Amino acid sequence: MSTAVRRRVSPRQAQALVSVLLWAMMATTVLVLAFIIVFVLQRGLPHVTWEFLSQPPRASGREGGVWPIIVGTLAVTLFAVAIATPLGLGTAIYLTEFTRENRFTRMVRFGADSLAGVPSIIFGLFGFVFFVITLGFGWSILAGGLTLAFMVLPTVIRTSEEAIKAVPAGYREVALTLGATKWQSIVKVVLPSALPGIVTGVILGMGRSISETAAVIFTAGSSLSQVVPTSLFDGTRTLSVHFYQLAREGISAEKAYASAAVLVLSILVINVSAYTLMNRFIRRYR
Amino acid sequence: MLLAFSSITILALITLFIFREGAPLMARVGLGNFFSTEWRPGEGLFGISLMIVGSTVVTFGALVLGVPFGLACAIVLAEMAPDRARTLLKPVIEILAGIPSVVYGFIGIVVLLPWIRSNLGGPGASALAASLILGIMVLPTIIGISIDALQAVPNSYREASLAMGATRWQTIRRVVLPAARSGLVAAIILGMGRAVGETMAVIMVAGNSVQMPRSPLDPVRTLTANIALEMGYAAGDHQAALFATGIVLFAIIMALNTVANLARGRRVKRATAPAAGAEDLQAARDDAPQGESPPGAPGVTGTQRP
Amino acid sequence: MRPLVARALVLAGLLGALGCGRKPATGLTLAGSTSVQPFAEKWAEAFQAKNPAVEIHVQGGGSTAGVKAAVTGTAQIGMCSRELKPDEAQAVTATVVARDGETMIVHPSMPVNDLTVDQLRKIYSRETTSWKEVGGPDRRITVVTREQGSGARGAFEDMVMNGKQITSAALVQDSQGAVRQMVSTDPAAIGYVSHGVVDSSVKGLRLEGVEPNEETIVSGRYPLVRPFLFLTKGAPSGAAKEFIDWVLGPEGQAIGRKEGLFPPAKQ
Repeated sequence: MSTAVRRRVSPRQAQALVSVLLWAMMATTVLVLAFIIVFVLQRGLPHVTWEFLSQPPRASGREGGVWPIIVGTLAVTLFAVAIATPLGLGTAIYLTEFTRENRFTRMVRFGADSLAGVPSIIFGLFGFVFFVITLGFGWSILAGGLTLAFMVLPTVIRTSEEAIKAVPAGYREVALTLGATKWQSIVKVVLPSALPGIVTGVILGMGRSISETAAVIFTAGSSLSQVVPTSLFDGTRTLSVHFYQLAREGISAEKAYASAAVLVLSILVINVSAYTLMNRFIRRYR
Repeated sequence: MLLAFSSITILALITLFIFREGAPLMARVGLGNFFSTEWRPGEGLFGISLMIVGSTVVTFGALVLGVPFGLACAIVLAEMAPDRARTLLKPVIEILAGIPSVVYGFIGIVVLLPWIRSNLGGPGASALAASLILGIMVLPTIIGISIDALQAVPNSYREASLAMGATRWQTIRRVVLPAARSGLVAAIILGMGRAVGETMAVIMVAGNSVQMPRSPLDPVRTLTANIALEMGYAAGDHQAALFATGIVLFAIIMALNTVANLARGRRVKRATAPAAGAEDLQAARDDAPQGESPPGAPGVTGTQRP
Repeated sequence: MRPLVARALVLAGLLGALGCGRKPATGLTLAGSTSVQPFAEKWAEAFQAKNPAVEIHVQGGGSTAGVKAAVTGTAQIGMCSRELKPDEAQAVTATVVARDGETMIVHPSMPVNDLTVDQLRKIYSRETTSWKEVGGPDRRITVVTREQGSGARGAFEDMVMNGKQITSAALVQDSQGAVRQMVSTDPAAIGYVSHGVVDSSVKGLRLEGVEPNEETIVSGRYPLVRPFLFLTKGAPSGAAKEFIDWVLGPEGQAIGRKEGLFPPAKQ
């Protein structure tokens, strides 16, 4: 029922016009986004060979592969996650199981949200001045991992919290009626049930760590080594930093794109696994 | 317990550290100097206004480009496309959120800069280039959060509108969008936060000149780029000035996040709460920050950009 | 008890790492100039091939960052690609390991082949804005420079600018490769890079009629020659000394030559 009698264009026509416009805009967006993925994969995948993945770099990365870099990236990421997970999980457990909504919990949540909003360069600045110089860790997996842990913490807190909240109250009540202590009910009932959700958060945190560049350059460093890092105090280059160096210095476009392709594929794998885990979790509690 | 303190402690640690390093400088050189247009650290001039202008221009440009397309995408996917399209495309868009910003920056250098230079003039590295790249980078954030905001509008609203004879588009425009408004605003603001905090891609395509841009084709320097370019070697007052810049950035992001939170708070209270906690989990999963730039406050749905 | 166990494990891991993961006694970190970095990486690669027990890490950051790293001890050797300022020279010991000719580059299609230092200064201070004024087409010059802490920029400012400021309208790039990339794609751009970095994507210019090559750089006829310095806190010792000595020795110098560097001036 058109209310405006004087309208020049009927609602149906308006809808058709707008439809076309919106679909066109969406198509453009999707095309642009697809272009980016295709651009990287098309130029990079041909060079992602087993040799590339398993060999150390030579001649500043112009030849050889990225094996130590992959190990370094994993080291930094896993270290970050190893720190962030207990801290985040603990916070989440405390927030959901031990307190009600009050000023304190709101403050903690505000803290986590704000931390999530801090630009990565500020983490880099902080990490560089505090970990690398003041604490004397130097450019190291330690410095990089700690900095990334702080960046990833909000993610872990958030998803863990939601995962724990999703566990039906009934589960906890049953455990308690069976005589378990609060702590026991958490550890043996709630956490295992919430595990997929928690792991999803961890996986997403890993995804974020892998694609981080600015904060990592200044904390884990940009040194290229032929050997796999052996200690937490070794500096390392992560894959995204390697890509940046190769691309910026014009050392090797092929290797650069290959590194980028590996990164894109990793993100793909991470997102897919997070998604499937999520779906399994949701289905469990539908 | 102690662990719960950790996030607050860490935030406090970082905040205090930055303020401790940066605030004295602002006091020492005076706000007049700090907000002037002369950035010459060698001579004790630490004016960051040109960088503030740079960040503002680039972010504004990113939104001008990213918001219309992002909202269009969200509307199409949430309201007009079949469900399968959404389930297919949403993950793809999220994957794009996970791609490192340096990759976007490099594609910008290789594809965008020459194009701008030949077709629009100027050196290529410009505010326009940065805005375009940032606009693309914030798309996943805006799209993700907007889709969730739109989906949170109860179906009864739509059904009532259609029952009264409105067309699909009329329903969207007059019922759904206004109902989702605060969520959409939150999406835009979080996208803004992401754009402001981006560093690597901007360094690669914006030109980094410390000057007032007189056209979008002029190079600019943002606050983030300034910190990154000079951090390695800055010492003493110069380093303190970079921390002070960090304070300004911090303040901007906090302000944006608070506004976004307020907007979301209204939305959450208004719409009926979704049933199972599983949806919240989906929301939090979508929310989970991915990558470099600030993901914005989690809690509302949306994917974040590295 | 899982979170507790997890926490305990993490703590234990951290402590363990701190305890037994200390930098190996023969680890060496170099940090600083991005101009020196690629060469330092090649030196490190070759040195480590001969001495596998030594682990060398080469960081970038810029020359001034290199000075700072050497002073704070974050790196055993700081890399610097310009002369030290007086206060810097008091804080660290410098060893010249090579000399480099800083080369002005333009797009291959730019007809200009030669500039005087004076013209260069005017271009970089924006007194000259068009290529026409120096014998080229009527196009606005795109001035490309390095970031402030860079040794390449520092050397350039010392040797060319003579106190004048580089224009704030210049495009700032954070590495040599980026400067080269920008110049190779913009027909109106000009920038400065190491002699060894010039390739077929850009054209090197003569300065004051002098072509930058081995003869002119080593003899000092070419005006823009800068030292590559390895900085140490105090006299070099231990692994740092070994490495520096090797770089100054025949093998190191041969690698430097191959990559486009020139030996330090004979004392």
